[in-house]
Amino acid sequence: MAVATPLVNEAPRVVLSARGLRRDFGGFTAVKDVDLDVHHARVHALIGPNGAGKTTVFNLLTKFLQPTHGTITLLGEDITKTAPDKVARMGLVRSFQISAVFPHLTVLDNVRVALQRPNRLATQFWKPLSALDALNGKAEELIRSVGLEKEVNAVAADLSYGRKRVLEIATTLALEPKVLLLDEPMAGMGHEDVGMVAEIIREVARERAVLMVEHNLSVVATLCHHVTVLQRGEILAEGDYATVSEDPRVRTAYMGTEETS
Amino acid sequence: MTLTLDLAKRKERSPFIVQTVFLGVGLACLLLAPLFFYPVFLMKLLCFALFACAFNLLLGYTGLLSFGHAAFFGGAAYFTAHAVKEWGVPPELGILVGVFGAALLGAVIGFFAIRRQGIYFAMITLALAQMFYFFCLQSGFTRGEDGIQSVPRGHLLGVIDLLQPTNMYYFVLTVFVIGIAIIWRIINSPFGMVLKSIRENETRAVSLGYSVRNYKLAAFVMSAALTGLAGGLKALVFQFATLTDVSWQMSGEVILMTLLGGIGTLIGPIFGAGLVVTLQNYLATSEFPVTIITGVVFMVCVLLFRRGIVGEFYNSRLGRKLGFEHRHKH
Repeated sequence: MAVATPLVNEAPRVVLSARGLRRDFGGFTAVKDVDLDVHHARVHALIGPNGAGKTTVFNLLTKFLQPTHGTITLLGEDITKTAPDKVARMGLVRSFQISAVFPHLTVLDNVRVALQRPNRLATQFWKPLSALDALNGKAEELIRSVGLEKEVNAVAADLSYGRKRVLEIATTLALEPKVLLLDEPMAGMGHEDVGMVAEIIREVARERAVLMVEHNLSVVATLCHHVTVLQRGEILAEGDYATVSEDPRVRTAYMGTEETS
Repeated sequence: MTLTLDLAKRKERSPFIVQTVFLGVGLACLLLAPLFFYPVFLMKLLCFALFACAFNLLLGYTGLLSFGHAAFFGGAAYFTAHAVKEWGVPPELGILVGVFGAALLGAVIGFFAIRRQGIYFAMITLALAQMFYFFCLQSGFTRGEDGIQSVPRGHLLGVIDLLQPTNMYYFVLTVFVIGIAIIWRIINSPFGMVLKSIRENETRAVSLGYSVRNYKLAAFVMSAALTGLAGGLKALVFQFATLTDVSWQMSGEVILMTLLGGIGTLIGPIFGAGLVVTLQNYLATSEFPVTIITGVVFMVCVLLFRRGIVGEFYNSRLGRKLGFEHRHKH
């Protein structure tokens, strides 16, 4: 499989960028001087060994954590001091490493909850629940796009791990995000699901930017246009997969040998 | 796809009938109850049932444990009593004064409390409610230890004499039904759905762009206002408002009622309140200390029926068969 070419040929524009990102936890620096540019219509992978600070970078970019230093710009606006829910409303939406669904709601309701706010059906406490049926069409479309149509009335807690991840992707897409941050979207998935999710991501990235943390390197190789390697909170290498995978420092980091480059 | 959705609807229809029958029987019981029971006891029961349901809107449906709801219950009792006695407003308006007062108090307490979660949330609500308690103890309009006594019930809409126990009972029952209907609507609304999602997974709700704090504050104010409805009603039933209703024991009692009945079920708290009020009433004349007995009942319930009485019924085989399936994790 070759890397998908973006729909438009113009130079990809930067939609999300971070400069000098740093986060200290007490005396420990989890993320140090990270510069990152995420482009429209590109899949960008963030890889690195466990504890490299990938998820912390996600938390910083989505403002679930406040950076100690540095600035973050989303679609030309400085979001360094913006609240996480506001960031989500601006179009930067994330998924979580531990699958984040609403466990006691059905698949349909999970997707409808995500659709409620963008469709202005969230604050009406005087309307009956049937008002939400107006969202069924869009919800069905999303559910079908991730292949969950058979489980539409299943309670999310009863789904298999892989199906939960797929549901989470559907709820994330419901917000029509401009930038999508996926934290290990394929972790714990069966082989078939991995292929399907890769296909969904490829499709999604035609019109939006995707930044993903992923351990499955073959997925990274086939799916991602750009790879950033993190180690101990710092950027170790950057470039397309071929360049990065040839880098001796990256090889050392991944092989876990003790020699220092 | 549309096929699966149709299936879902067909599956829902028969439980709907069962639930309507249950509702009808329940209402008939409440309508006929004054023929068999002492009206003041029934009215007390309804007031506390409404209080517990309003409290459960916050605990069961939003996942917030408030330990300061006595402030809204007792506060509204004072507001209504004062309005009716000193300003001479009709009873229906007096209750509204209680509701708005409680909502305002809820907005203030909620504003500070929702900034924290879990036990800290509970402690802040407790602390602020205690502040309100001492305010009531010292302030002139509450008359301190004496409370506001001999509150007139007045005439409903200027014609119906509420001093008549039967009239008063049906007035209380009407307000109770309206209160429950409002709670039911809130729970089963687009807004209620968002509250449920916040209870289920708050971080995910934030990442979907919901300003969780605003939703929590709205739920808190609604719960406080409905608690105020119960409190104002109680002041008219007993014709007084005292410090008992704003004390922290009252906040504890409503938690007890809600847990006994089943949190996260609409009617559970009604049963919980019924049980606690009945126990208190019958044990008041006996030699047994009431608090010990209710404490033992509570312990037994927590050990045996973790979901509460109604919650256990919903989850039992019969409950599931009747379509009361109830999903709430504990």
